[in-house]
Amino acid sequence: MDLRPKTEAELAEMVAGLQAPVRLQGGGTRAIGQVAADDVLTLSGISGVVDYEPGALTLVAKAGTPLGEIEALLAAENQRLSFEPMDHRVLLGTQGEPTIGGVVAANVSGPRRISVGACRDFALGVRFVDGLGRVLKNGGRVMKNVTGYDLVKLMAGSWGTLGAMTEISLKVMPCPEVEATLALHVSASEQAVAAMSAALGSPYEVTGAAQSGSVYLRIEGFAPSVAYRLEALEARLRRFGDVERIEAAASAKLWQDIRDVRSFAKHDFVTRVSLRPTEMPVFLAKAQADHSFETLLDWGGGLAWLASDKDALGGFAQAYCAAHGGHATRIKDAFEACAFQPEAAPVARLSQGVRQRFDPKGLFNPELMARG
Amino acid sequence: MQMPAPDPVILAKKAKLTERLVAVLGKEGVISEDIALKAYECDALTAYRCPPMLAVLPRSTQDVSKALRICHEMNVPVVPRGSGTSLAGGAMPTADSVILGVSRMTDVLETDYDSRIIRVQSGRTNLAVTGAVESENFFYAPDPSSQLACAIAGNVAMNSGGAHCLKYGVTTNNLMGVTMVMMDGEIVEIGGSHLDAGGLDLLGLICGSEGQLGVVTEATLRILHKPEGARPVLIGFDSNEVAGACVSDIIRAGILPVAIEFMDRMLIGVCDDYSGAGYPDCEALLIVEVEGSEAEIEHQLGLIHDIAKRHNPVEFRKATDAAEAGRIWAGRKAAFSAIGKVSDYMCLDGTIPVSQLPYVLKRIGEMSLKYGLDVGNVFHAGDGNMHPLILYDANKPGDLEICEAFGAEVLKLCVEVGGCLTGEHGVGIEKRDLMLDQFAPDDLDMQMAVKDVFDPKWLLNPAKVFPLASSAARRIAAE
Repeated sequence: MDLRPKTEAELAEMVAGLQAPVRLQGGGTRAIGQVAADDVLTLSGISGVVDYEPGALTLVAKAGTPLGEIEALLAAENQRLSFEPMDHRVLLGTQGEPTIGGVVAANVSGPRRISVGACRDFALGVRFVDGLGRVLKNGGRVMKNVTGYDLVKLMAGSWGTLGAMTEISLKVMPCPEVEATLALHVSASEQAVAAMSAALGSPYEVTGAAQSGSVYLRIEGFAPSVAYRLEALEARLRRFGDVERIEAAASAKLWQDIRDVRSFAKHDFVTRVSLRPTEMPVFLAKAQADHSFETLLDWGGGLAWLASDKDALGGFAQAYCAAHGGHATRIKDAFEACAFQPEAAPVARLSQGVRQRFDPKGLFNPELMARG
Repeated sequence: MQMPAPDPVILAKKAKLTERLVAVLGKEGVISEDIALKAYECDALTAYRCPPMLAVLPRSTQDVSKALRICHEMNVPVVPRGSGTSLAGGAMPTADSVILGVSRMTDVLETDYDSRIIRVQSGRTNLAVTGAVESENFFYAPDPSSQLACAIAGNVAMNSGGAHCLKYGVTTNNLMGVTMVMMDGEIVEIGGSHLDAGGLDLLGLICGSEGQLGVVTEATLRILHKPEGARPVLIGFDSNEVAGACVSDIIRAGILPVAIEFMDRMLIGVCDDYSGAGYPDCEALLIVEVEGSEAEIEHQLGLIHDIAKRHNPVEFRKATDAAEAGRIWAGRKAAFSAIGKVSDYMCLDGTIPVSQLPYVLKRIGEMSLKYGLDVGNVFHAGDGNMHPLILYDANKPGDLEICEAFGAEVLKLCVEVGGCLTGEHGVGIEKRDLMLDQFAPDDLDMQMAVKDVFDPKWLLNPAKVFPLASSAARRIAAE
């Protein structure tokens, strides 16, 4: 069964009458992991931009609104979603139209996360239907709001396990005048992280720091400012090796490919690991001792994408994170037990308790984030 | 302000409780004499006072765990306290509660400049976090006005903001992990030195939960390299509408100032008299600060100048040196002291969509006439966070009540135009009873259900955030 409500009220009624669990989806482009449900609840029918105030940097949209529609609307005002959400279709080979609800549900953030924050930092408010069919709201459409508990953060990255989102308010940002990238030919991950740390620990506001072959460092802003910062950074980074410049369109294309992890699309196994940047080279060295894989580093070394054709690294990465902090998600993994990082017992109890309050009947994406 | 009546059953446990707490924290860790407890009778919302039954001052996460376990076993409510600078009554005790203060927990536990993080005990003050990394030219970005005194514990509890959050975000955007002690004494680690949650974002939930879910004892915070420089410009206008339009145009031009502060005529006058800042005689004043190298600052101020000129400002005064920058900020930074010298006042904290600014200021002006109390407005204009200051006379019977009614009407107006009751101060006891103006009963029920998970007995800061009538059933059932 594929349920496709067109309005929030219709959705609430459907949920109240549900007899069996459902898999929630927006455009269905980011389905990772396994859900213990046969039926699908598709939210892309609840669509449309509700309010957009460019002078206030805020946008309110129904959750099923296509991301492309929002990006086009913002672009016309020279604004954007500055957390740079990845398009999972490239890596996962999925079809369909990504929705803003899917972006928020998965807390999808790209390379700029290291400088401006994650999707969850730009989510100002939500409306959603809980597991009892109640329409609830939290947050609002203003940038500063500490009225009551912040359930918006909880909904962002809950992968549809807490409720079916119907409306989302977002903070948007102006587009910069220009962007440019420095490429640094460093290969060892330890050197790469050191170079990225040097750049991110400078006053030059690096908005992307990744290693995909070379190390790439992005600067955005007004033209004179970008020119000045590139020069200052070059001077600072020369001790790591030769530095090259990548301008405008080529820079934009480069970061889109990094954002979408395009170079790993051909691989069957992909794991995403978030660790403290200085811990990442230690982890990679341990992993390389027993496994064969390719690595793409983002977020100044705080995020690693690991890819392989036959080696399921996910279990190793999750075990390492359980012992050393951080988390690993098995994005593409035929052998997976659970795609998400298992939580320490006391945290798992809290998460389970929260899920139980939002969805007492266990209707929404059961077993996706934790196996009960 | 109504608070639940002290429970005589709990009051009767004072001697036994004191004995058990002294056994784990030592005599110096437990305060039980009435005279000493007076120090904990209120926070910065000084209109309401009530000394607690006891206060404990642990030195470590383990101490906090032991103290909470005892209170949990004996069913005694606990009110966590950072430095007691809450403007919302977040740390106000009841007579039958134990204040758990983290003021003795101020250590820096770890600094990692390469990963751009610092880990501190939560009693450390906001400014002392920056103090610990300043030698390497790093800083901790959230900067509430009380940053000299306020503790990270309170910043996390209230999700505190500050003047520079337009660019750097508020506490939740700069917090990476916490060690938290649950009411039953269990110690949990949420988040850490990595980015984002692997499961549900419990850290995002805990930040801003006003000490109702657990006691945060350690925090990992994001630190940043300082900008090369910063400079403000002062722009005066002859109407609020025009000042608001100028703010909107600056934002739309793609300039991202670190701060855009707004003051109305009353505040301009009072602050100028107090600080000698030399503000112009006008209806509305903006202070816009930008960061970067000298050339970058000049470029951005040039763009702001061109935008402002289109709105015919009364004055456009660019700081050319540090002394002039200091003078421009002097009046704004002294706003609360300046008003405090003139009168007793109540500081509101609603947020509105910035487009509603002229309308809301006009309505506040009308209310001022209706209630017969003066009001001045300072405003974080970039993000819509208002701080109307209502003047009243604490010695005049009934004046506080009139002031509170005025304040409530302003906050309801904020909600009505699409905003919220509090942008950075928190709900505490102050805005508790207005929550149903912003939320439907089901919305609040879900928030309270979250507290049920973390604190099933409703012992942590129980009489805050939610209207007493809304939380009554849960508080009583838990007894």
